[in-house]
Amino acid sequence: MFEEVGTTTEGDLIINLGPQHPATHGVLHLVITLNGEIIKKVEPHLGYIHRSIEKMTESLSYRQFIYVTSRMDYLSAHINNHACALCVEKALQLEVPQRAQYIRVIMDELTRIASHELWWGAMAMDLGAFTPFFHAFREREKINEIMEETCGARLTMNYMVPGGVMVDLHPDFQKKVKAFIQQYKAKIHEYDELVTGNIIFQNRMKGIGYLSAEDAISYGCTGPVARGSGVASDIRKIAPYDVYDKVEFDEVLQTEGDSFARYMIRIQEMHQSIKIIGQLIDTIPDGNFQAKTKAVIKLPKGEFYQRVETARGELGVYIVSEGAAQPYRIKYRSPGFSNLSALDHMVRGHKIGDLIAAMGTLDLVIPDIDR
Amino acid sequence: MILTNEIIQQKLIEKFGNQVSGFDEPYGLLSFEAPKELNLKVLQFLYDDADLQFQFLTDLTGVHYPHQIERELAVVYHLHNLKQNIRLRFKIYTAIEAPEVFTATQLFSTANWMERETFDFFGIKFIGHPNLKRILNVDEMDYFPLRKEYPLEDQTRIDKDDEMFGRGGTNS
Repeated sequence: MFEEVGTTTEGDLIINLGPQHPATHGVLHLVITLNGEIIKKVEPHLGYIHRSIEKMTESLSYRQFIYVTSRMDYLSAHINNHACALCVEKALQLEVPQRAQYIRVIMDELTRIASHELWWGAMAMDLGAFTPFFHAFREREKINEIMEETCGARLTMNYMVPGGVMVDLHPDFQKKVKAFIQQYKAKIHEYDELVTGNIIFQNRMKGIGYLSAEDAISYGCTGPVARGSGVASDIRKIAPYDVYDKVEFDEVLQTEGDSFARYMIRIQEMHQSIKIIGQLIDTIPDGNFQAKTKAVIKLPKGEFYQRVETARGELGVYIVSEGAAQPYRIKYRSPGFSNLSALDHMVRGHKIGDLIAAMGTLDLVIPDIDR
Repeated sequence: MILTNEIIQQKLIEKFGNQVSGFDEPYGLLSFEAPKELNLKVLQFLYDDADLQFQFLTDLTGVHYPHQIERELAVVYHLHNLKQNIRLRFKIYTAIEAPEVFTATQLFSTANWMERETFDFFGIKFIGHPNLKRILNVDEMDYFPLRKEYPLEDQTRIDKDDEMFGRGGTNS
């Protein structure tokens, strides 16, 4: 599996980065061909934590399979669960109560903020700045507390089920979310002061890891990676689910296509998420938080595809049903998989330090890629 | 022009006649199939045609149907027209004895990894792929795990002593 570290006949040096390397934030193995300090080729080797979730799911019921997906993109656990719940609801043509729809969208956006916070701290750390990590986790901790109160877990929430959400909100939920919004608004300027406006940071990001709009489409990039290249691909806009069509927010787009553009997209997306939560938090309707479903869910024979916008891009759930209580085949279209495939193209000709910067802006979560 | 499923279907039938078949619209998503020899021609037509422009490959995957003789393996393409925001599902079937279909890597760079994944799990060989090797499983593996002849272990079996995993054994 490991390439021999050495020199090729053309005098290029082949080195391994990972699978245990702090900048990959997981077990990702890159085989890099270097000419001097210039990258000629990057070949990612995946699958170190492949758990065959798709095969496993073929023996799980439509209630059980949702919980496994929290372990895919563990930073977007709510949104993964949401995609599965929506797909089952679509197949059953189930009407979800308004209250549940509001709760789900608020939870999704809180998750998105938490995910981007972690990315922001971790990416700054990759570039050698340690302090931002603590600033990011100060806010992220508040979100985790809110999640813990309502869902009982901090990371793998398993809160969304077919027909709605599993339990009703904690009585303090609205109060705490509003307090979080206040704190976020009071502290967010520190992010820009610490990192965004820093000239050293900007020099390391601007013009690095360029991805044109055509290449972003060809490589199947979605989410902030595609939007950094000017490709409008926000599923919340182009195929709204739940109450996303009732809220006002902007799809943030940048056309530069470099690492700094992708960075700016995520920073602004956090502002947009706060905007969405602010519109919904006071108007959560009363009523049921879950529609009535049968104890054993059986989907009709057919094929169902549901997509949602996770913090990393388009997550697609493709279920092939033969009418049984378990899916016949399930496929997760993971956003990180396609985004990572563009890495080689992005960093050729750059130096190895720029590889770390460019990879940081892809926001890789390895369990999401390996599944 | 606003693209609708009817227009896409009409255009496909105009171009390929009765070779494209099985048109259906489950939940508004146009889906159809074609013979496997035509997969590149259909993809190219959907990509190039000035009205269609399906240039974003959302997903490519395989499905195994062991009971469909000569059509055991399916390759499913999900394509997306980003300008008009319309999608479709395109399927081809191949026999399991000769699971060979043409690669779409010349059209979509993302097909490179997606086809490697489909090869990895279903053993579908994509002719013309620049680097067709396993991507998620280990290179030494000699079977294709998502095929239906490999069932998962029965979770209720009790004959196995897996003390190491905290189940069974003397401590339970």
